Amino acid sequence: MPVSELSKPASAKVAEGNQPAIAIQNVAKSFGSQRVLDGVTFHVRRGETLAVLGRSGTGKSVLLRIIVGLQTPDSGSALVLGTDMAEADEAAIAAARTQMGFLFQHAALYDSLTVEENVAFPLLHHRSHMSPSERKDRVRDLLHEVGLDGHLKKMPSNISGGMQKRVGLARALALDPVILLLDEPTAGLDPISSGEIDELILKLQEEHQMASIVVTHDMVSARTIASRIALMDKGKVVIEGSFDELKQSGEKFVSQFLHRDF
Amino acid sequence: MSSPPQVNALPPETPVEHAAFHPIASFLNWFGEFGIFLWRVFRSAVAPPYEFAEFIRQLDEIGSKSLPLVAAAGGAIGVVLALETRSSLVRFGAKSLLPATVVFAVVTEMGPIITGLIVSGRVGAGIGAELAAMRVTEQIDAIEASAVDPYKLLAATRILACIVALPLLTLAASFSGVLMGWVADTLIEPITLGHFIAMGFKGAGFKDFLPPTFKTSVYGLIIGAIACFTGMRAKGGAEGVGSAATTSVVLSSLFVILADVILVKLILLIFP
Repeated sequence: MPVSELSKPASAKVAEGNQPAIAIQNVAKSFGSQRVLDGVTFHVRRGETLAVLGRSGTGKSVLLRIIVGLQTPDSGSALVLGTDMAEADEAAIAAARTQMGFLFQHAALYDSLTVEENVAFPLLHHRSHMSPSERKDRVRDLLHEVGLDGHLKKMPSNISGGMQKRVGLARALALDPVILLLDEPTAGLDPISSGEIDELILKLQEEHQMASIVVTHDMVSARTIASRIALMDKGKVVIEGSFDELKQSGEKFVSQFLHRDF
Repeated sequence: MSSPPQVNALPPETPVEHAAFHPIASFLNWFGEFGIFLWRVFRSAVAPPYEFAEFIRQLDEIGSKSLPLVAAAGGAIGVVLALETRSSLVRFGAKSLLPATVVFAVVTEMGPIITGLIVSGRVGAGIGAELAAMRVTEQIDAIEASAVDPYKLLAATRILACIVALPLLTLAASFSGVLMGWVADTLIEPITLGHFIAMGFKGAGFKDFLPPTFKTSVYGLIIGAIACFTGMRAKGGAEGVGSAATTSVVLSSLFVILADVILVKLILLIFP
C-alpha cells in the first residue's frame, strides 16, 4: 500500500463513496458594498472536473479560496470531504487541506526555494516519516509526471511561466490529493503551452480520479478538460452542464461567451 | 409608504469629526490587529511540531549576517567616545577615568541601542519586504493552502531568531566598541589593552553589564514582531512591498527607542 494511502484521514473516505467531494451550498460573499458571490450552489464528485467560467471579477477565484478555507463566506456552506470550511475549527480545516491540491494563478512558488524544495515542501511538513531519499524519489516522480525531469536545482525565477505552472501542479499533487483546485492554469501562456497544460491535467485526472475544479477564462481549455462547465455572471451560476448542453442553451450571455472562442 | 424612523441612528459624521477621529481609530485599530497577530504567533509557536530548521536558518540570516555591520558600528562608536570624552576628561583632570567611561558607555547603553537600531534597519526592512513580497505573490496563501501554519513557519521563527540574536550581536558590538576605544586611546597615549580593560571594569559587577545586554531581547521581540506584522498584512503590488519595508523600519526603530527609555528606568529600579 502506498505511503499516501496509509496517511489519509477518515474524511477522505467520504469522497470515495457516492457523496460529492465538494458541495457548495448557497454561498454568498461581499467585499464592502460589492457582492461578488450571490447564492452559488454546485457539487463535484470524485472523477469529475468542473470548469468555472465567467467574466473577470465575478468571484471565481474567491470561490476557490472559500473552498480551501483562505476566505470565509458571508453565508452558505462549503463542504469539502464532509468538512464545512466556513465553520470548522483550525485542525479540521488543516486536515481537509491535506486532501486538496491548489494551483494558484501565478503558481505562487516559494521564490527562495529550488524547484525540488518547492515540490518537497508539503512532503516535509505532512510526510515527516519519509526518509530524505524517499522524499527525493517522490519529488523526482512528481516532476517526471509533469514533464520536468532535470530541473530540480533551478530557482523558480529561472524557469518559464509554463514550467512554473507545472512545478505548481507537481507541488499540488505531492500529497496525493482527493481534490484538485486549479486557478487559471493556462492564463498568460502561449497556445502551445496552454495545450500542453490541458493535456497534462487530463492525464493526471485520468490517473488520479480526483474531484477537480478549474477556474478559467479559456473556453477551449474548459471544453478539453472539463466534464461539466458552470458559467458565472454577477455572482451567480447562470448555467451548468456539459459543453454541448451549454451550446444548445438559448441564453444570450452563454452564446456571447461561447462565440468569443468558437 | 414612508420608512420607519431610526430611533438609535447616529447623526452623520462631520468632516471635522472625521479628520479628528479617523487617525485615532486607525491607531487603535492597528494596535488591536497587532495584539491579535501576537496572540496567534504565540499560540502557534508553543504548539508542536516545531520549525527548528527554519529557526536555525533565520538565526543565521538575522544573526550571522548582521554581525559585520553591528561590529563595525560598535567599533565606530568606541572610537568616537574615546576621542570625544578624552578632551573633556583632560580638562577636568580626570583622564584616568577614560577607560571606565568608554567601557560603561559602550556596554550599558551605546552597544545595545546601536545594535537595536542597526538590526531595525537591516533585519526590519529585510523581513518586512520579504514577507510582504510573499503576501502579494500569494506565497503565504500557498503555505496556508498546504495546511502549514504561516504564523509558525514565517513569523514565530523570525521573531524567536531576533530575540536570541540581539543579545549575541550586542556582545559583539560592545566588544568591538571597547576594543576600538582602546585603539583610539592608545594611539594618542599608549596604554596596554590589559590595563585599559582592568581600569574600565574596575568596580563593576555582572549587574552592570548583564541587564543592559539582555534587554536587547526585548528589542528583538519588537523588531521581529513589527517586521512580520507589517510584512504579512501587506496589500497591493510593489508599492505595498515598499511601504511594508519602510513602515517596518520606522516603527521598529521608534519602538526600540521608546522601549529603551522604559527598560533603562526598569533596570535602574530593579538593580539600583
